[in-house]
Amino acid sequence: MRTMIAFITGSLFGLGLVVSGMTNTTNVQGWLDVFGNWNPTLAFVLGGAILPMLFAWRVAERRKTAILGTPIPARSDPLIDRRIVIGSVMFGAGWALVGLCPGPAMASLGFGGLSGVIFMAAMLIGMGAARIAPLPAGATA
Amino acid sequence: MTPIDLVMGFIGGLMIGSAASLFLLFNGRIMGASGILGGLIDGTGRHNMAERIALIAGLIGVPFVAITLTGANVSSNITDNIALLVVGGLLVGYGTRTAGGCTSGHGVCGISRFSLRGIVATLVYLLAGGVTMLVARHMLGVI
Repeated sequence: MRTMIAFITGSLFGLGLVVSGMTNTTNVQGWLDVFGNWNPTLAFVLGGAILPMLFAWRVAERRKTAILGTPIPARSDPLIDRRIVIGSVMFGAGWALVGLCPGPAMASLGFGGLSGVIFMAAMLIGMGAARIAPLPAGATA
Repeated sequence: MTPIDLVMGFIGGLMIGSAASLFLLFNGRIMGASGILGGLIDGTGRHNMAERIALIAGLIGVPFVAITLTGANVSSNITDNIALLVVGGLLVGYGTRTAGGCTSGHGVCGISRFSLRGIVATLVYLLAGGVTMLVARHMLGVI
């Protein structure tokens, strides 16, 4: 059952990314191009995605346990350290260069040709590197 | 960009948010693309491997099948500049794992919970993306 829900989640997530135009790198780069031909689509996508989740979190926090028995993930410490800031700067820079973040990189893998595969391979290497050579947390920013 | 694109963006967004809601309410899990994929490849998600594989199979496979069956004209318009693809991919991979999330985890799931980490991460990657776009497109002309 858990696996089934996970598959449905991934399918709906992937179709939503295609429908919203977020697997099209032109739309994403257009959103970040504030000083050029700015494209506001991403704000509508993010808004549309947050809406159902506002309700889902309200229900989840009240239930404490998910329908299939696992606990609702605990709220993380509101820790703002070097890792979250530097990691997000790196992510934002890479996102702008190609116009793909991890979700759309996977959703477009089937139709993004060789370029999509190269990006995906580099992203996986980057993820592995973050495990092998992690950035130290250091002092709280 | 047309008004239809904005409507489709909102509808697609509702689908993404519904997917995240389903995963949270049934499985008690955060639908974060970088965390689900990263945990699968670096071994940190060994205890719920099947769930991760199933989600990724749907995420990669279903859009491909849907586009093939409907013959929809969908393109990723992705660059074929290998240097950009490699540098961009490495940054996205290392950055999202270091920050503990990407657009789906910190953005969609974090902001909707009013999580400070989600809100800060989203503001930082949006700002870094905007600055990178300004420099790389309008000053250096590489993208």
